[in-house]
Amino acid sequence: MIAIIGLVVGVVLGLFLTPDVPLSLEPYLPIAVVAALDAVFGAFRAFLDGIFDDKVFVISFISNVLIAAMIVFLGDKLGVGAQLSTGVVVVLGIRIFSNVAAIRRHIFHA
Amino acid sequence: MSTGDPDTEPAERPDPVERSGMQRLRRSFFAPSRGQAVVAVLVGVLAFAAVTQVRLAGADDTYAGLREAELIQALNGLQAASRKAERDISDLEETRDQLRSSTQRRTTALEQAQQEVQTLGVLAGTVPASGPGIRITVNDPENQLSLNHLLDGIEELRNAGVEAVEINDRVRVIAQTSFEEDPEGVRVDGVVLKPPYIIDAIGNADTLSGALQFQDGFADDVELDSGSVEIKKADRIDVTVTRTPVPPRYAEAVPGQ
Repeated sequence: MIAIIGLVVGVVLGLFLTPDVPLSLEPYLPIAVVAALDAVFGAFRAFLDGIFDDKVFVISFISNVLIAAMIVFLGDKLGVGAQLSTGVVVVLGIRIFSNVAAIRRHIFHA
Repeated sequence: MSTGDPDTEPAERPDPVERSGMQRLRRSFFAPSRGQAVVAVLVGVLAFAAVTQVRLAGADDTYAGLREAELIQALNGLQAASRKAERDISDLEETRDQLRSSTQRRTTALEQAQQEVQTLGVLAGTVPASGPGIRITVNDPENQLSLNHLLDGIEELRNAGVEAVEINDRVRVIAQTSFEEDPEGVRVDGVVLKPPYIIDAIGNADTLSGALQFQDGFADDVELDSGSVEIKKADRIDVTVTRTPVPPRYAEAVPGQ
């Protein structure tokens, strides 16, 4: 319940504040969003599995975002930023798909 | 509850966990806890970032978010396109210049041809002509003027460089003009002309009048035939009679000469 309220508040804030993203952070934002999405789906799956722990969620959320950003940063420094961010997105996408499959099994029993 | 496809999704969940998962979801929906507050904050942050990124990606139609390599690629593409456009421009300009010069040549040829038509038209008598010249009035009250003398007069005019001649405003005298005797006067190109004969001649007035008035020339001949000649110089003589050109029946033009 509170989580849904937080989601709505975040969307509304984003829509109304229209924050300016610093240029140096711009390449990392999409990757960070995808990483956080992965953490949220993983947490939801853990919740349905009965092994949810809020500390684990906070740590996984933050570390996911930081590691994704770091990989992209490293890729930019190595000159393969575009390819590496594609790779990160693919890996996170696969994880999101498998988490959503588990959640679906819980909710729809299918 | 293994109604799902066991091939693609291996059944790894025991029934009690599954049931309790859904029940926990239902229960926690109405029972807030500290963990839920933490989750709410992080999910809010995620939503905020996602919305920002969506807005950014939607507005990002320039090259602002591109990496160095992508910018170089885009630049290369633009350079190739501009090189190609420049090549096209020079090709088209060449074509335009060619067309322009060919048009110019054609216009010049046309002008030359028109000038030639004018010149030949005056000579062949197909166009009216006007210019300085003389008006010769040959009085022949007794109708005794010899045709040969009249013809001599025309010949003298021709020798003096006359450019257009007409007689009595009725007959244009050209290269093919014929002169015959007639009881009433002379027959020029089949047209009977009666005296007095008024000859309009375009050319250098002094030369023309001199050609008719020398000793034993045309004027003296006419006076021998008991006639008289009046010559009047004018700045503007109009030769208005024209002839329709007759295509030659036997002679053929030799092309290329």
